[in-house]
Amino acid sequence: MTKMSGAKALLKSLEKENVEVMFGILGGALLPIYDHFCNSKIRHILCRHEQGAAHAAEGYARASGKAGVCIATSGPGATNLVTGIANAYMDSSPLIALTGQVPSTGTNTSYIIGRDAFQEADIIGITTPITKHNFQLRTAKEIPRTIKTAFHIATTGRPGPVLIDMPKNAQTEITDIDFSNGIQIRGYKPTANPHPLQIRKATELLAESEKPVILAGGGVIAANASTELQKVAELLLAPVATSFMGKGCFPETHPLSLGSIGMHGNPVANKMLCEADVLLAIGTRFSDRSTGKLDSFCAPSRKIHIDIDTAEIGKNVDVDIPIVADAQKALKDLYERLAKLLKKKKISPWTKRIKEAKEQLNPPSKAGSKDLKPKALLQELRKLLPENAVVTTEVGQNQMWAALYFNALKPRTFISSGGLGTMGFGFPASIGAKVACPDRPVVDIAGDGSFRMTEQELATSVTEDIPVIVIVLNNSVLGMVAQWQRMFFKGRYSAVKLGSVPDFVKLAEAYGAQGLRATSIPEFSKAVKKALKSDVTTVIDVPILLEEDVEPMVPPGCGINEQIGDY
Amino acid sequence: MGNGKTKVIAALVENKPGVLHSVANMFRRRDFNIESITVGPTEQHDLSRMTITVNGDEKTLEQVVKQMSKLIDVVKVSRLEPENIVTRELALIKVNIPDNKSRSDVINCVEVFRGRVVDVSPQSLTMEITGTPDKIDAFLNLMRTYGIMELARTGLTALTRGISSIKIDE
Repeated sequence: MTKMSGAKALLKSLEKENVEVMFGILGGALLPIYDHFCNSKIRHILCRHEQGAAHAAEGYARASGKAGVCIATSGPGATNLVTGIANAYMDSSPLIALTGQVPSTGTNTSYIIGRDAFQEADIIGITTPITKHNFQLRTAKEIPRTIKTAFHIATTGRPGPVLIDMPKNAQTEITDIDFSNGIQIRGYKPTANPHPLQIRKATELLAESEKPVILAGGGVIAANASTELQKVAELLLAPVATSFMGKGCFPETHPLSLGSIGMHGNPVANKMLCEADVLLAIGTRFSDRSTGKLDSFCAPSRKIHIDIDTAEIGKNVDVDIPIVADAQKALKDLYERLAKLLKKKKISPWTKRIKEAKEQLNPPSKAGSKDLKPKALLQELRKLLPENAVVTTEVGQNQMWAALYFNALKPRTFISSGGLGTMGFGFPASIGAKVACPDRPVVDIAGDGSFRMTEQELATSVTEDIPVIVIVLNNSVLGMVAQWQRMFFKGRYSAVKLGSVPDFVKLAEAYGAQGLRATSIPEFSKAVKKALKSDVTTVIDVPILLEEDVEPMVPPGCGINEQIGDY
Repeated sequence: MGNGKTKVIAALVENKPGVLHSVANMFRRRDFNIESITVGPTEQHDLSRMTITVNGDEKTLEQVVKQMSKLIDVVKVSRLEPENIVTRELALIKVNIPDNKSRSDVINCVEVFRGRVVDVSPQSLTMEITGTPDKIDAFLNLMRTYGIMELARTGLTALTRGISSIKIDE
């Protein structure tokens, strides 16, 4: 036991959790804590908006596999984190959000919780439905155990955001602090080990299967189960489709890869899923954007669903064999049993069918085209970047083009806002990813609409010396909405035109970043090469046509086998 | 939500502020509906017991239980099967009494239903009645002919029969 303030105890507790970096903005209700950053090992990255801090922390978390930490002051600071917290909740990212709060007790009784004090917001009430759990501290003594518990909850089971609200009096209180208190949460015991009987049933079904397909989701990445996934797929010769969130868990250049499924999924993935006789789904929640109309989603197949979250089993899709477990453990057990059962799988008619379908539905691009089409640009980008480069995306057309045409090769190298669809996520997330992976290039594939929502973080990337590359696919319009207005609202554009402002090259330069423009593939290639050598953030403005659609597409209300448009 | 029968869920939860909020919030967010909820302390001072009745089909109920289990402050959730439980509800009913004949009629009814008169005034009788919700409904139907001035029902509470009980896995 040592006598110290709550603020110091907090920093010490975070150090004990091996926190190296925090993203945030201070304010009145956090002054005691910020006073201790001066002599802490933890790097604090001052963002320009709390939303940016939350997304940066999530980008850090998803690139590194560790919990990301963001911090904001009471009231508006805390509410500005909300979008970022909701994003982490939907995409199951381990995020710790720390918020300042007005005192819970004190002599100035008009400045305490519940009296509508200056910069008071009920952030516990506000974030209850978008956090895995939240805490409000009352005393300094609670800090070490609360921090330990919060990290445990955020990073185990199905990961998610945990918020800790810290009234000012708990920060300033000086008392005996005990760091040896262990975690005590009897209401939280995530199941990690698969049930052997369920594994046996799944093995038997897979061994009998003639047309197996694997659907791998973000859970495979969260569980670091890519190696195990590849072993199972290769043993079964089962093609692997991923959900959008699963992109990167299986190399998309692998002969068994089908790409990602869904509304703007790869047509091969959508088609093969609907032809399968057994579907092995791992770490996916069958979101509406993945499944399309549920009645026709892989209708003929028998389904095995592995997920760490019991509540995901049977929520959207009824399954035959549920397995509640950590994806890595379950795949390992499956592999061991299958390897005994199957000596060597011969090339089957199914393998041939997959190969044919890939040749037919994913024809190779015509070589030598200099046109600046998104498809060509993203395929070119893949060639320019090393395998381990991290790519983030914004939300909208840029994101779906990236899903379709940018091959992700390794887990944790494709980071995007899947569930919440947060415009403005990609750029701050790229900053967080770069902090996690300082030796690898980090690229945000952006649209002009999304980038403008968090572009102020250019200041963060420049002043904090975190160089990333932003590629703005610039059509001066909210592209995805414009596409829907073209397709489903008779081409009546309503409130989608953004105008040709700002000049993104000048904007970058105003922040002290490098601004480049590319109007052809060779120019784009040159710009990316220049950006890769730069030690300052580069924004590459790439003008594209307003009429450019993301195709193929599953129209709303249709099954994923009713896709329109060519790849 | 489908048109199923009313189902009963019992939960042991941490006895601390905010837990009722997080449970109620989950129901609202997932578009489930609470028909009634009773909360009170258990023999263990740090645990409360919630009895929640929900109207919905099997699939909905399964999701309710799973989503409740996910809440960190919910220690244990159990579906209670109607054939294996005793259920009770308490109602306080204030009835309008215009004359002496009504008064004696109402008192007779209370006796038949094994209720008790807990307050008397020249123009009213207040009674307590305990039983299954059906029994209370039946009694209320009778009382409507006299005129119910005020009514307070606690909502259903329940325990499993025999020696079995909801236990925390240690």
